[in-house]
Amino acid sequence: MGVAETGRVLASGEVSSVELSKHLLARLHRHAELGALLACDEEETLRQAAAADARRHAGDKGPLLGLPIAHKDIFVTRALPTTAGSKMLEGYRSPFDATVVERLAAAGAVTLGKLNCDEFAMGSGSENSAFRPVLNPWDRSRVPGGSSGGSAAAVAARLVPAATGTDTGGSIRQPASFTGITGIKPTYGVCSRYGMVAFASSLDQAGPLARSAEDCALLLGAMGGFDARDATSAERPPEDYARALRAPRAGAAPGRPLGGLRIGLPKEFFPAALGSDVANAVRGALAELERLGAALVDVNLPRTELSIPVYYIIAPAEASSNLSRFDGVRYGHRAARYDDLLDMYKKSRSEGFGAEVKRRIMIGTYVLSHGYYDAYYLQAQKLRRMIADDFQACFRTCDLIAGPVAPSVAWKLGAQSEDPVASYLADIFTLPASLAGLPGMSVPAGFGEGDLPVGLQLIADYFQEATLLHAAHALQQATDWHLRTPSGC
Amino acid sequence: MSQGPHIRGYEVVIGIETHAQLSTRSKIFSGAPTAFGAPPNTQASAVDLALPGTLPVLNRGAVERAIRFGLAVEGTVAPLSIFARKNYFYPDLPKGYQISQYETPVVQGGRVTFLLSGNPRLVNLTRAHLEEDAGKSLHEDYHGQTGIDLNRAGTPLLEIVTEPDMRSSAEAVEYAKALHALVVWLGICDGNMQEGSFRCDANVSVRRPGAPFGTRREIKNLNSFRFMQQAIDYEVQWQIDLLEDGGTVRQATVLFDPDSGETRAMRTKEDAHDYRYFPDPDLPPLVIEPAWIEAVRADMPELPQAMARRFEREHALPTQDAALLTSTPATARYFEAAVASLPVGSAATAAKLVANWMMGELARRLNAADLPIEAAPIDAGRLARLVARIADGTISNNAARQVFDALCNGEADDVDAAIEAKGLRQIDDAGALEAVVAAVLAGNAKSVEEYRAGKEKAFNALVGQAMKATRGKANPEQLHALLKKKLG
Repeated sequence: MGVAETGRVLASGEVSSVELSKHLLARLHRHAELGALLACDEEETLRQAAAADARRHAGDKGPLLGLPIAHKDIFVTRALPTTAGSKMLEGYRSPFDATVVERLAAAGAVTLGKLNCDEFAMGSGSENSAFRPVLNPWDRSRVPGGSSGGSAAAVAARLVPAATGTDTGGSIRQPASFTGITGIKPTYGVCSRYGMVAFASSLDQAGPLARSAEDCALLLGAMGGFDARDATSAERPPEDYARALRAPRAGAAPGRPLGGLRIGLPKEFFPAALGSDVANAVRGALAELERLGAALVDVNLPRTELSIPVYYIIAPAEASSNLSRFDGVRYGHRAARYDDLLDMYKKSRSEGFGAEVKRRIMIGTYVLSHGYYDAYYLQAQKLRRMIADDFQACFRTCDLIAGPVAPSVAWKLGAQSEDPVASYLADIFTLPASLAGLPGMSVPAGFGEGDLPVGLQLIADYFQEATLLHAAHALQQATDWHLRTPSGC
Repeated sequence: MSQGPHIRGYEVVIGIETHAQLSTRSKIFSGAPTAFGAPPNTQASAVDLALPGTLPVLNRGAVERAIRFGLAVEGTVAPLSIFARKNYFYPDLPKGYQISQYETPVVQGGRVTFLLSGNPRLVNLTRAHLEEDAGKSLHEDYHGQTGIDLNRAGTPLLEIVTEPDMRSSAEAVEYAKALHALVVWLGICDGNMQEGSFRCDANVSVRRPGAPFGTRREIKNLNSFRFMQQAIDYEVQWQIDLLEDGGTVRQATVLFDPDSGETRAMRTKEDAHDYRYFPDPDLPPLVIEPAWIEAVRADMPELPQAMARRFEREHALPTQDAALLTSTPATARYFEAAVASLPVGSAATAAKLVANWMMGELARRLNAADLPIEAAPIDAGRLARLVARIADGTISNNAARQVFDALCNGEADDVDAAIEAKGLRQIDDAGALEAVVAAVLAGNAKSVEEYRAGKEKAFNALVGQAMKATRGKANPEQLHALLKKKLG
């Protein structure tokens, strides 16, 4: 059951939130081998579920009331420990809930647990978790993508109806693509970053991972909205994405729900090197969109390749500073033995951080260093603005941009552990929208090599999440890729 | 810029950086209170502790105070300024970086003017920028360990940086005093130097006149004007000694030890941090619309120098008096209240008399008891009535001092009643004075003779005798005139 369906079942009284939560907790434990779950507290979950049931008895309603979900372990929570997938924060308990967690709870969602991810959200395979790698439910010898791999795997394996995730350079879209589910990264500023363990502040955005565009719309409606605790939060009136998604497109004829919608295809998103399985799946989904009335137009994003070096300068630069607070002084890991202050810093951080985190801290420190700042960081900022301008040029001739989420299907566990640059290169299609701050989503588009899922990426202009979700919903009304389930779950 | 006195043939060049703690109730990026002296870590929120997931949100009150300062020093209030992160590790710096402004500060340019030995001086400001304070490391009472108090972490600071415009320690001190008076006057800083609300760093170098600037050393954390003067004086001699011995000054940060009176190098340029400044992605650029600036301007108090010029104009006060009377808002308020209380038709010189009494008798009393003018033992209204009685000739200056003391000590409540009770009303009745003068001349033949022989001093002796005879009540002008007349 997805979010919408669960809502209907709970509303009908066929099943209570307590019953459903117990059932899902049992499933999470039964599929512990996937490595998706990092923390849970049955008593706490059932307390929340009982409270939701009581609200319903008292006459409360709402699509998320009593809905069990789980949170990426990047969101801080009072009820459960928050590790960000790092030894550095093992056992850390936050005195407050992230805004996203707080808002979902206010809407009646029940927390089943915290989900595994790459350490501090740095990675694209969820192998960088300090605790254990997450497995892809479609093929347990493969990664589920990352960094929101625990969220993606849990949703794909039907262990949870939906989960929260965060996306800095593709961390919602790419795991959604690798696991055949739907995920949306909204416009930068839609979801409050308050309570998200920061990776790269100018890029981090929260979003839902679920089974359908409709489910994503229901969750995003509750997660988003202005928050005075985040100075980069967008001051806009709340939006009812679910309603917008169901509303017919103005002027669209019956049978052609996307009539009048122009979808731009950047030729840079279809390079010769793109895996033919991925290209074929994406082209199949595009043909479906065309059949639904959308017009496909050619556009250009000439700096697509440059988004890789730009991102891998800006994100580590911000990360190197954001992660300075993990110094062993106030909370988090502190080395057991040290000679002096400097030694305490060095040992605590060396022991607490994993290899990829250290790598990015070093890159970030380097590009911000005196004498290198202008050549790297400043140049990257200039290019970032140009990349955003390129998108604006595209949106003069199209409403959405489409392409693959990733150049390939999910890779084998360990395949990229010796070559971090290879995994950086695989981010090529998700990075441009991240750098521009645009909303992007991954929609199941069929299967590629090894019968592994392939995602179609859709990107919209700022704050056009409704258009994005509407198009994805139309596609999902006409196709069943998103309904396919991995065997053995 | 001024030509300062040369020391051993060297010219001294000084620039000052001041950290003024802004008087907001809450911190610059969190809602935690800023009150001083609370038990450790009771005024640190999750944001101040830099707990994972926390974010800074700018306190508009701090910005408003920066705008106020920018307007007061006639600097440019930047329509857009940028917060940056200054990265370094220290236990009392919870985030591992300090949020400050680097390339684009909120106030650009400006100047501070003041009097130095009665002469007007002007010091140009480079900039003033907003930043957060760090916490405190407590090295005592922790048995070899270090305690961290984060109450101060996140307290708003305005860092005010001058051009290297000062040419002597005296000028640096006068600048710092003028700046201190200004921020207190503006109500943006409580000015409490003991509590660290106003701390200065002095960049000091020396050079042969006409030569390019010498290498500077920065004396950190001067928290009193006296220490500033001592530290700069010591540092100047130290640098000259070094140069005279054939050495070269190396750029360094130094600390002043008040006990030894010496400065001591803390770190040199070679081991300076690379702070890796970059724009803070958690904070959008600070945009200050013209309407905001105008709203702040409309709410600005009259500035001390404008008020001083008005005092000179309206009350015919000398520049030095006007400057002293506008040294603090309370002093100026007291003066204005007193002048307003003078009876209608008081002599034009009455305002100057008020000034004299404030800077004389009243200041002496306040200094002796170490009291601010807000705690003056005599209110402005009573001082005005006392001054009015001097101005209209009812009492002499000497008699007024007795009344002043009585009022201050609480022996008397009303000026006129005190004059009557003490019988201090001046004798300005010509007949009565003539009798006194006649008696004095008759009884002091020797003095009369000496005076007539050309000894001017003898005249004063005769005045004294006459005053003694009237117990100080003789109208001095009438007495002088009468004596001269009688002595022919």
